[in-house]
Amino acid sequence: MSNLGIIFKRELYSYFATPLAYVFIVIFLITNGIFTFDLGGFFLRGQADLLPFFGFHPWLYLFMVPAIAMTLWADERKTGTIELLLTLPVRLVDAVLGKFLAAWVLTGIALTLTFPIWVTVNYLGDPDNGVIVAAYLGSWFMAGGFLAIGSCMSACTKNSVIAFILTVAICFLFVIMGSPILLNTFPSWVPQWLVDAFSAMGFLTHFDSIAKGVLDIRDFLFFSVFIGGWLLASAIVIEMKKAN
Amino acid sequence: MIEISHLTKKFDQFVAIDDLSVSIREGEVLGFLGPNGAGKSTTMKVITGFLSPSSGRVTIDGHDISTAALEAKRLIGYLPEGAPSYGDMTTLEFLRFIAQVRGFRGVEIEQKVDQVINEVALQTVRDQSIETLSKGFKRRVGLAQAIMHDPKVLILDEPTDGLDPNQKHHVRALIKSLATDKIVIISTHILEEVTAVCSRAVIIANGKIVADGTPSELESQSRFHQAIRVTLTDSHDLVADVATLPGVASVEVEEDNRLAYTIFAEGGASIFSQVSEIAQQKHWPISEFHVERGQLEDVFRSVTQQSEGQTNE
Repeated sequence: MSNLGIIFKRELYSYFATPLAYVFIVIFLITNGIFTFDLGGFFLRGQADLLPFFGFHPWLYLFMVPAIAMTLWADERKTGTIELLLTLPVRLVDAVLGKFLAAWVLTGIALTLTFPIWVTVNYLGDPDNGVIVAAYLGSWFMAGGFLAIGSCMSACTKNSVIAFILTVAICFLFVIMGSPILLNTFPSWVPQWLVDAFSAMGFLTHFDSIAKGVLDIRDFLFFSVFIGGWLLASAIVIEMKKAN
Repeated sequence: MIEISHLTKKFDQFVAIDDLSVSIREGEVLGFLGPNGAGKSTTMKVITGFLSPSSGRVTIDGHDISTAALEAKRLIGYLPEGAPSYGDMTTLEFLRFIAQVRGFRGVEIEQKVDQVINEVALQTVRDQSIETLSKGFKRRVGLAQAIMHDPKVLILDEPTDGLDPNQKHHVRALIKSLATDKIVIISTHILEEVTAVCSRAVIIANGKIVADGTPSELESQSRFHQAIRVTLTDSHDLVADVATLPGVASVEVEEDNRLAYTIFAEGGASIFSQVSEIAQQKHWPISEFHVERGQLEDVFRSVTQQSEGQTNE
């Protein structure tokens, strides 16, 4: 097993060694249920799809994902274990990726455990399961985007609460970037390409189409590049700030 | 062999390490001394590759810590200040993690973990999570991870800080038992530790080396070197007796014990025979009489304060 794998395993293990993973999963499932059935009108719509379920994910992730991401590096710096970790024969990229992947897999596990809703919709009707698989994947990639931002913010500070707040703020920005509410506020003299570029960075732009079943490889590519970019930024921030 | 040449580390305007050069050979146990903020920990952080130097270089067995970081780090075992470790893991889990990162596989992992657990006596806390351990045990877990891969270079930042005297003794014995073919660097405030385990002592102040030598060499720079301490049972005009004696520089009386005298030697030459002779002649009522080797603390104070004075000017 490579060092990346070893760090990944340790991180994932530590989520489950503390109540964190269980609390996260339980709260995630409960809020998902409330959003889908109460607010989303899952039954009232009378349609065999999971649109109300996935539609709330960006807003759910906005608060849930930063909660996992906030400790990623902030705690390492606070307890001094970062000094231990980075003086072991481990490349920084392995540490950054290993930690990120562990948190990402945790969100993946939580997401997978929403499968009863998939079973329900199949029992009640005849949904397009291909669309649902794609939407699940898209949702997971979006969670990865949130996490990567969180990783970078967590590297910026020793204080995990500050990391949480910063992450929520920046994630919120990326969520609403693609929303019409924001785009309509641009004055008319702003060139269209700038508005388009702005909108293209928004999570909703990409996630909405995935959730509706429009499987465009570019949307996945967007999230992959987005994750890569923020993880690179994390590594740079860690390198710069580890001294203090 | 560790080569540190012209190492400088700056944080913004603050110079933590200032053009420091030193080389350390196999078998040396180097005590790294200095007042708080002198740059001890920073130097260790640079040697272990945690911080990158502003200028200058550090090579470990020829591997530059900046350009061949992984090769260099494989040779090093490091106990950072405060012995940080992952609190949510048990001792056993943590040490297994370290064994894996150190490249051990399969049965080797358990062998290595068992071996260090025995070496630093962690048997009783194998399955306890690290955050619940006492300070002494935490420190020992930190030591265990540092020595697990039998490193050529062992760097310990205040290894005995916060330990009780028994634990201190244990850790020192451990360091001594390791040292024959290794390089050990220990930073400490405790000067007796240097005399107890180190073969070489380097004192730094303001990021510069101000003294370098074996502990006894440093001790001999002390004004207490070859001084004679005499404690009397009864008052006696000892000062008058030795005042004219050749080789005697001065005599001091201890403030809290008017019967305890220290007779200082001139230029570090032995005055034992002269003083003992006159003591017999004049029938000093002696209860204690011994020759001082010199006090490291005294040397420490004089060299570090001198350097502070220079920078203040």
